[in-house]
Amino acid sequence: MTLLHGRARTWAGFAGAAVLLFALAPLALTDFRLGLLAKYLCTAMVAVGICLAWGRGGLLTLGQGLFFGLGGYAMAMHLKIADAGPGNLPDFMQLYGTATELPWWWRPFANPAFALAATVLLPMAVAALLGSFIFRRRVKGAYFAILSQALAAAFAIWLIGQQATTGGTNGLTDIQGFFGYDLDDPVNQRTVYFVIAAALLLLIALARQLIHSRYGELLVAVRDSEERVRFLGYDPAKVKLVAYVVAAGMAGLAGALFVPAVGIISPAMIGIVPSIEFVIGAAVGGRASLVGAVLGAIGVAWAKTALSEEFPAAWTYFQGLLFIVALAFLPGGLASLGGVLRRRRDRQRKAAVVAVGEAA
Amino acid sequence: MTVILGQTFTGISIGAVLLLIALGLSLTFGQMNVINMAHGEFIMAGAYTTYVLQKSISGAGISLLVALPVAFIVSGALGALLEWLLIRRLYLRPLDTLLVTWGVSLMLQQLARDIFGAPNVQTRAPDWLTGNVTLIGGADPLTVANSRLFILGLAVAAVVALTLTLRLTPLGRRIRAVVQNRDLAEVSGISTARVDRTAFFLGSGLAGIAGVALTLVGPIGPTMGTNVIIDAFLVIVVGGIGQLKGTVIVAFVLGVLQSVLEYSTTLSVAKVLVLVAIVAFLQWRPQGLYTLRTRSLV
Repeated sequence: MTLLHGRARTWAGFAGAAVLLFALAPLALTDFRLGLLAKYLCTAMVAVGICLAWGRGGLLTLGQGLFFGLGGYAMAMHLKIADAGPGNLPDFMQLYGTATELPWWWRPFANPAFALAATVLLPMAVAALLGSFIFRRRVKGAYFAILSQALAAAFAIWLIGQQATTGGTNGLTDIQGFFGYDLDDPVNQRTVYFVIAAALLLLIALARQLIHSRYGELLVAVRDSEERVRFLGYDPAKVKLVAYVVAAGMAGLAGALFVPAVGIISPAMIGIVPSIEFVIGAAVGGRASLVGAVLGAIGVAWAKTALSEEFPAAWTYFQGLLFIVALAFLPGGLASLGGVLRRRRDRQRKAAVVAVGEAA
Repeated sequence: MTVILGQTFTGISIGAVLLLIALGLSLTFGQMNVINMAHGEFIMAGAYTTYVLQKSISGAGISLLVALPVAFIVSGALGALLEWLLIRRLYLRPLDTLLVTWGVSLMLQQLARDIFGAPNVQTRAPDWLTGNVTLIGGADPLTVANSRLFILGLAVAAVVALTLTLRLTPLGRRIRAVVQNRDLAEVSGISTARVDRTAFFLGSGLAGIAGVALTLVGPIGPTMGTNVIIDAFLVIVVGGIGQLKGTVIVAFVLGVLQSVLEYSTTLSVAKVLVLVAIVAFLQWRPQGLYTLRTRSLV
């Protein structure tokens, strides 16, 4: 059945993915399609975190948009300041605001090192703060899901309300440069794609290490029986917190890289609906399997573009149906399809053997 | 002084809307532990029912009253259908129920868009609800819109009806039995599957009633459900599951809090502050305001 086992298979998988992402995709795809692929890969980065937190840890984070948005806005704020040039205000502030200088909480983002660090560390810090409150008091299951969703919704509402300093509903748009490189240049767009592809592989490797470590075992144990883990002397709150914070950091990095790839970040990309869309990709592909979650996220994002271009109404029905079929009838996602079919075949074979035995 | 009273009453009427929306959820989520994200779309179904009835029956005054029972049945039937088709297969996997019903809600929204069009539609409030009532006269009067009072009355009536149903009727007794101990209820001869479906019918029907009420305060559109569903779930989470009184108290407290904060800051800041207050509150009472005490560890 399988040609390679264990470590060799993992390395082969990584090598295959690297060839696909770095050699075949840039050769085969037009610049436009490559840009779209870069966008899908960002979704896949969020899915890696969701696989860890939800698939492995049982934490249904319906609010990854919050962290995606924090990372994205941190990056976009720096790029807007850099675009405007020293001493000037970003364009939208001159348009909407009466401010003559940058608001105080914008100022640190003028420093590229601070902004880069903030794209990952800010979401992680927010997740650590929220998570330590939520998990210590054993808020879990559906309560956690609804609370996390409400947090993403509140962040989007807050951004819309602060139009003078956040760009409001429009978000931070029309980003021209990326650390001195002009984003209109196709060569630079291609470089951004390579950075994103490399970051995705890095995150997958990191998540794989975590899943196969002692911590990964503990995380699954907490998912399956939190009380037993507590009685064994571990603190489930801490175990869950780590998964939540790591997932937040991954979503933050994805948001940060999404900005140069697409050139915009807005509340519409981080509210309730996009937050759930992050989850659906992982769910369809297979929440507990890294490969499944990543491929599912890319596949669903691709299907959305392909179908919604042609038939927007049909896409919504299809998306709803996808949720229902994937979760109600195939909870392990497409990644579990092979196993399910194999078990069914074995059962049938066994039944056939029994039937033959009875006949004889 | 009148400003404070006025804001408080605005808060109470926000709370009444919240309560109507959350009441159905307190039955399906609170009692049966099913997270139905399509609940918002059942509200939408109730609202569109009102709209259709008003189109076909010309008298606005009568159509609103006719809409109440019709919307109850339309939304309730949708809920019972959803329970029968999907939710009963998922009672052991509550988080999957959440995502599956989200898929259902997406499809129902698109259905509404295909039938009624994407732009919002409006109903005309009946004449007997258009005026104001002056609560405090004088130089600095405090007036309250009739429609707001009607919603408050409707919310109170719905709470009373639901409480009486749960307390006094054989059906209510069966629902409570299933909530408290499903296995014991089953061995006592109660068909838990039928009780589940009936409870779901009632909870979804209440969403339809909420939809009728919402037509009085805002436009009717395909996304009206999504806009209110999170707030309603938060009411249940903070109020505690399995008890109506928590839902009632929290709906009004959150309504007043929202209104007062909105007055002193802005809408968006108020939303964030209310959420911060909720997270802080859950530190103190992670199970919500009132909860059924059980010996279960989880």
